[in-house]
Amino acid sequence: MLKFWPLLLAYLTRRKTRTVLTVGSFAVSLFLFCLLVTIRAGFQQGVQAAGADRLVVINKVSLIQPLPLAYRDRILKVPGIKEATYANWFGGVYQDERNFFAQFAIDHTTYRQMFPEFVVPDDQWRAFEADKQAAIAGEATAKRFGWKVGDRIPIKGAIFPGNWEFNLVGIYKGRRPNDDLTQFWFRWDHLIEKAPDWAKGFVGWYTVRVEPGADAVAVTKDIDSRFANSPWETRTQSEQAFMASFVEQMGNIGFLMTVIGGVVFFTLLLVAGNTMAMSVRERTGELAVLKTVGFTDRTVLMLVLAEVTLIALIGGAIGIGLAKLFTLRGDPTNGMFASFYLPPSAMAVGAALTLLVGLVAGLIPATTAMRLQVVHALRKL
Amino acid sequence: MVKVGGNGQSGTLISVRNLAKTYRRGAEELQVLQGINLDIDKGDFVAFMGPSGSGKTTLLNLLGGLDVPSSGTVTVAGDEISHLSGSRLTKWRARHVGFVFQMYNLLPVLSAFRNVELPLLLTPLSKAERKRHVETALSLVGLADRAGHKPRELSGGQQQRVAIARAIVADATFLLCDEPTGDLDRKSADEILDLLERLVDQHGKTILMVTHDPRAAERAHATLHLDKGVLSQ
Repeated sequence: MLKFWPLLLAYLTRRKTRTVLTVGSFAVSLFLFCLLVTIRAGFQQGVQAAGADRLVVINKVSLIQPLPLAYRDRILKVPGIKEATYANWFGGVYQDERNFFAQFAIDHTTYRQMFPEFVVPDDQWRAFEADKQAAIAGEATAKRFGWKVGDRIPIKGAIFPGNWEFNLVGIYKGRRPNDDLTQFWFRWDHLIEKAPDWAKGFVGWYTVRVEPGADAVAVTKDIDSRFANSPWETRTQSEQAFMASFVEQMGNIGFLMTVIGGVVFFTLLLVAGNTMAMSVRERTGELAVLKTVGFTDRTVLMLVLAEVTLIALIGGAIGIGLAKLFTLRGDPTNGMFASFYLPPSAMAVGAALTLLVGLVAGLIPATTAMRLQVVHALRKL
Repeated sequence: MVKVGGNGQSGTLISVRNLAKTYRRGAEELQVLQGINLDIDKGDFVAFMGPSGSGKTTLLNLLGGLDVPSSGTVTVAGDEISHLSGSRLTKWRARHVGFVFQMYNLLPVLSAFRNVELPLLLTPLSKAERKRHVETALSLVGLADRAGHKPRELSGGQQQRVAIARAIVADATFLLCDEPTGDLDRKSADEILDLLERLVDQHGKTILMVTHDPRAAERAHATLHLDKGVLSQ
């Protein structure tokens, strides 16, 4: 096929403006597709990053309702549970309400072990353990507000009233590209010390890890049955299901993204198909000449398909490349997404879709070219 | 030696027997060629003349494997091509026939070199071998120095010489020329005819040429006349 390269190149540069516009339509479509996938992945980040062996225990009424701290020891006695930690949602405001980021009061003795995907340098964690007012921020949030270790971070409490101040002693990173780097942690014992009386002795939720090989479903039922008919009944679910429930609250994002993506690709199919049909129609005589000198129907078919596929792949590569560069700059919404990351699998799917659209778009014109009757076509010259 | 109505003696390069071509236009049947018998030897230069619509181009298309006959046979160098399938006919064409058209039919997006190289892309020749063949063909038609030029940068006569180079580059068994001088001025036409004569006399090529021009026909070894689909000498 390489020896046909000059011929392909000549056809691609025959009408430069049209080729550039067609390549551009592929590039724009793929850019949009990758962006949609990134946004969808951003919404579903928690689901994707959730630990497979972790369960979340919340109050059966709602996540807003607390659970007694005393449940911790009882939960740890459930067969199949390896470890447990707990946390509270703080819901404070940093400078302005628009500066949203998740703030958690965490149990500094167990939290790090439960979430090994978050990487905190040992010295920073030791500083966190040593100082009750200490806080650790995710790399993305620290970057967003220009924080550095040693800064004092003032946060106005909403659920827990008052002006709170924290010493930033650490910045965590993620092991995986889609880990949430926007969280802000401080010590649960510091929260309870300053919190109103209604909050004392309660936690927001528990996260537990099941033993390897343990039946997670059975463990889930066991936990909930132990607290059934108590004033604080529990609802236990996998961390993945827990995260998915948040995404569902925003509607069927996945379906919406799929529909938009589908429309984009269908439009692209029409644009590319029409362009190639025009291009082949213009070249009827030249294709007849190729056949006259000995190019078989199959070779002509392959040439037209190769041309449209090349256009598709160049456009697709540009679109995917630009999207990757765009996402590398981070979340453009300043914190709406816990992660803004274009996964390699999405790039591969984009490339495959590009190829598919190119081939489908080129199929009709290529078949037309293949079926061209030399004698009739030469007569039209 | 050209013989109309011959019986296909041994040594004949092209042998045509009872060739007929009919086109159907709605309910109407058009008999374009009928009962053609013809023998052409290697190295012949044959001109076909006749009024418009007499079937000259149709005969050329049948001899060149661009079209299939309604009945009869065409045998070239021992291969009976009349009943070859589409792809086999195309491959046969690539190996045996060089085409020269009135309007040159060069690909405007390609340079003279690339146009001439086209038939060689279908062969197993290496890039270096293709280059050598193309340069030889272009030298033969006197256009070695115009290899990089696109057709629009060449005169009509030069474009036709590029088309002839393309026709001979793969060492075709014979050339089919459909009014090769029809779009050229007298001087250019004479140059093209000189070139065709040289190909026959010095390189042993076999050429079948359709023409309306008696001066062109004079250059051929034999002139055959077609009238209402019937061939005569």
